[in-house]
This record gives sequence, structure tokens and C-alpha cells, in this order.
Amino acid sequence: MQSAQPAKPVPASRMARAFKRLRRYPATLFGFAVVGIFFLMAIFGPMVAPYKFSDQKLINKLKPASAEHLFGTDQFGRDIFSRILTGSRDVFSIAGSGTVLAVLLGLTLGLLSGYLGGMADEFLMRLMDVLLSIPPLLLAMIILGTVGPSRLNIVLVVGFLYIPMVSRVVRSVVLDIKTREFVEAAKMRGESNFYILFREILPNVLPPLAVEASMRFSYSIFLVASLGFLGLGVQPPSPDWGMMVSEGRTWFNLAPWVLLYPAGTIALLVVGVAFMSDGLRRMLLPGGVSN
Amino acid sequence: MIAYILRRLGMILLTLLAASIIIFSVTQLLPGDVAQVILGQFATPEAVANLRAELGLDRPIVVQYFDWLIRFIQGDWGTSMVSRMEVRPMVMARLRNSLMLASVAILMYVPLGILLGVISAIKEDGMADQLISGISMAFAGLPEFVTGLLLIGLLAVSFDFLPANSSIEPDTPFREAFQYLILPAITVSLTSLGYISRMTRSSTIDVLRSDYTRAADMKGLPRWQVLTKHVLRNSLLPTVTVVALGIGWLIGGLIVTESVFGYPGIGRLLVYSIQRRDVISIQAISMVIVTIYSFSNLIADILYGILNPRIRLGG
Repeated sequence: MQSAQPAKPVPASRMARAFKRLRRYPATLFGFAVVGIFFLMAIFGPMVAPYKFSDQKLINKLKPASAEHLFGTDQFGRDIFSRILTGSRDVFSIAGSGTVLAVLLGLTLGLLSGYLGGMADEFLMRLMDVLLSIPPLLLAMIILGTVGPSRLNIVLVVGFLYIPMVSRVVRSVVLDIKTREFVEAAKMRGESNFYILFREILPNVLPPLAVEASMRFSYSIFLVASLGFLGLGVQPPSPDWGMMVSEGRTWFNLAPWVLLYPAGTIALLVVGVAFMSDGLRRMLLPGGVSN
Repeated sequence: MIAYILRRLGMILLTLLAASIIIFSVTQLLPGDVAQVILGQFATPEAVANLRAELGLDRPIVVQYFDWLIRFIQGDWGTSMVSRMEVRPMVMARLRNSLMLASVAILMYVPLGILLGVISAIKEDGMADQLISGISMAFAGLPEFVTGLLLIGLLAVSFDFLPANSSIEPDTPFREAFQYLILPAITVSLTSLGYISRMTRSSTIDVLRSDYTRAADMKGLPRWQVLTKHVLRNSLLPTVTVVALGIGWLIGGLIVTESVFGYPGIGRLLVYSIQRRDVISIQAISMVIVTIYSFSNLIADILYGILNPRIRLGG
């Protein structure tokens, strides 16, 4: 019986074919490129920034883009380019850690729920329904409005909010996989639950989980940026992109670049992540597996 | 069907109860307490203690919760800690404004989303499809404050075409408010458009691949007749459900969009109340939003049940 072999998620030849398919979708390539560049920016940006993000020079305030200040300066004469570079680290680390947290917790709950079934499944899923009954942005706002928007709190809130979505995806895959022959075979061989969960089921969960994780990442960036705009993001003096846009509104008529560069940066990153996520779906779930 | 609806309704009420516990406990976690917030930090301890007793804050938290919940259900939503006004009329006036904005937005993005979705499906994987899905995906990913401000820059500031600021009086009649609704409605629409078009696309593709469509094609019916009589009639039904499900997106979008344009809706009031730490208002607004959200999900479920009878058996 060939199904005795643990199912490998994506064999090498399938990977190669996936990349071949990828070339037909320039948007996906664009997405991967953008995310890669922003990732490098988050790591090295603060080091290579031409100015310190908090350096004020009031003489230089609200200056348009020049060779000295690539994206111009804001109302305090701070270099907008440097602020965006420095802020990229927060966006990546907060949205990224929040996503990782949601994926790990959602994976655990989804595996348990789907594999155990019965009462445990019922209980966990009803709990998820309750969390889903409150729109994510609303819940994030009232929690952060109460406990205060520190970096850690934002990460925890993002991680917590997206657990239900991730665990539902994982659970539905587990429910599908656990009745397959190779799982039945492993049970008959007398393998432990631990073995079955991690060697037989988990590999099959990974591709849809990767797609879900990339989608959650784009929603997290969306959420973190929106919270920043509403004043519930990382607090000043840290250069939060959403907050930079919000503050820039005051100078919109006079110096639109104060707002447009951070807004454009958010737009570029979010669109990049969305295209990457769509590409991952095409590559990893060619059959168009539902979620 | 009645039994199905009743079961779903019971489920929704239980969920709402649980959500109310979450909302109440989260907002009560505030460091310091409501009495301190009302009186300010320079109030004497006696004054704070008196107000606590007056507001019933010295009672056990569970008693406070049930008292709050029962009052909320009876329609007594309390008095705002900031404006000292009755919360319910204030929230209701703002809710009306949000519903006006939401209706204009829905009238924009639903027909357009369906149209784009059908075009994408017919030209599956062609240039038009990739262009539509790329652009709508890009807009769906953009936070409303980015699209909103770009629209303001483009249409309001550059061309002086539409008002950039929608901070009208909360009780402005629809006819006068309309011109202030256009830019915010476009902003909200751009986010939801992609969702509708994607869903329409996939359901239309399913129908296009079905046997009865092939049969209609082979009978030699003209293409447009196959499309209107056989394909659309079946593929658009699920979209009804999608619209109801999309209300969650819409609510999140409204909160941000109303803040961008200063439009006096319930989302703007929520942001304002959180900034002022007006717990009484935050609780009422959250409950209203969660109730609307839950019932739109219920409607989606029921519509789905009507359109797809198999689902009812499982439950």
C-alpha cells in the first residue's frame, strides 16, 4: 500500500511546475519582489536611513522632495524617507509576530478540534464563533483603547483576533484528511496519535496553512495600519506609518507629500502581500482547494 | 425551514450573550475606574467613592454585568460620561447616518462587483480577468484611509469636484447629505468590490462548466441567451449571500472611512468615545454593531439555506 508513506506536501517536480506556472502571473512575481524588498528594509532600513527618524530641524519643515531629503520633510523638519525606513521594522515585526502567533495557536486548536472531534470540537468551534461575532477592527479597538496600544499589546491582539480563521482552515483540512486511507493504515499499524497528527496529517495541512498565513499577514498589516491611523498604533515618537498619514492630513493642502509617501508605502506593501498570497494559493493549492 | 431559522436564531442569541460578556469585561478592565474618569484625576477620594456608590460600581462585577445587560435590552443605555447626554438617541442618530452611507455604498459596489465578476468569469484567465482581479485585489487590500485620502487628493483638492470633508450636522436629511456621501461611499466600495466580484466570478465559472450550460450551448442557443437565461440566473443567487456576509467588512470599513471624512456616523462616534474613554458609549456602540453584524450573518445563513436546501439537513 503506497499510502503507508507519509504524504509529502509538495514534491520537487510539483514545485518546479509551480514555478513555471508562476511566470505566467507577473502580479505574483511583483508581489514576491515587493515583500522581499520590504523584508530587507525592515532588517537593514533603520541602519541605512540617512537621518535619525526623530531628528528635527524646524528650519527645514515641510520641504518637498530633494536630493537631500528623498521624500521631503514633515511638519517638524524630520526626514520622511528615514521615518518610513525606520517604521518598516515595526510594521513587519508587529504584523509578522501577530500572524505567527495566530498561526501557531490556530494550528494547535484546529488540529485538536478536527482530530478529537466530538465535544471538544463542538466546544472549541462555538468559542471561535463567539470571537467571530465581533468585527475584528471593533474588538481590536476596544481592547487597545482599554489596555493601551503598546507593541506587545498590538501583537497579542492581532494574534488573538485571527485564531478563529486559521483554526477553521486547519480543522477543515484535518476533517478531510483523517478519513483517508493512509491515516486509516497508520492507525491499523498501531501508530500513536502523536505520530498520526505530526507525520500523516500535519504535512497535508501545511500548504493550505501557508496560504492562510500569507492572507492573515496581509490582513494584519491592514489592521495594524488602520489602528495606527486611528491613534491606536505604536505611539510617538516611533514613526508609525498609519499615524504619519493621520498627522499628514493637517498639512494636506500645503504639503501633500507628508501624507502621500507613507500612504503610498502602505499601499505598495499591502498590495504586494496580497499578490504574493494569491500566488502562493496558485502554487500550493492548484486544484483551487477551498478554505 | 422554520425550525432551521429558529435554531439559528437561538444560536445567534447565545453568541450575542457571549459577545456582550466579552464587551463588558474588556471595557471594564480600564485602569482606574469610571468614577475616576468622570471626576478627573484631582477629585477627592470621598467624591470618587460617592460617585462609585451612586453609579453602582461598588457592587460585584457579575451583578453590574446583568444590571447593564438588562438595562441595555430595555433600551436604557445610560448617559455619556463625556457629553452627559442620553446615549441611545445619540447612537441612533449616528446609526442612521452610517446606514445612509452603507446603503449608498452597497448600491455602488454590488452591481459593479457583479458586473466585473461576470466579465472575469466569461474571460476566465484572459487579459480582462487578470486585470479585473489584479486591480480589485489591490483595492481590497488597501486600507480605507489610504484610498479615502487618495480620492480626496484627486477629486476634492485637485479638481474641487466634491467636498473633501463630510463633517455635516448629524441630523442632516438624506437629500442634503447626499453630496457628502459620495466620496466616503466610493472609499468603502473599493474595499468590498473585490470581494463581490471574486465570489461572483467563481460561482459563474462553476455554472459555466455545468452540464446544463453545455447542453444549452450545444442546443445552439445564442451565447447571450445562454448567459442570461441559464448562467446568470443560477450564478447570481449565491451572490445574495455574499452581500450579507460582506457586512462585516463593511462595518470595519465604515469605522475608518467615517474617521477619514469626519462623517458623523457610528464608527466616528466609536473612535471619539474610545479617545475620550467614554465607557458607557463604547459599550452601547459595540453592542449595536455586534447585533447588526450577527443578524446580517443570520440573514446570510437563512438565504443560503433557502437557496441551497441541502444545507438545512446537516445543520
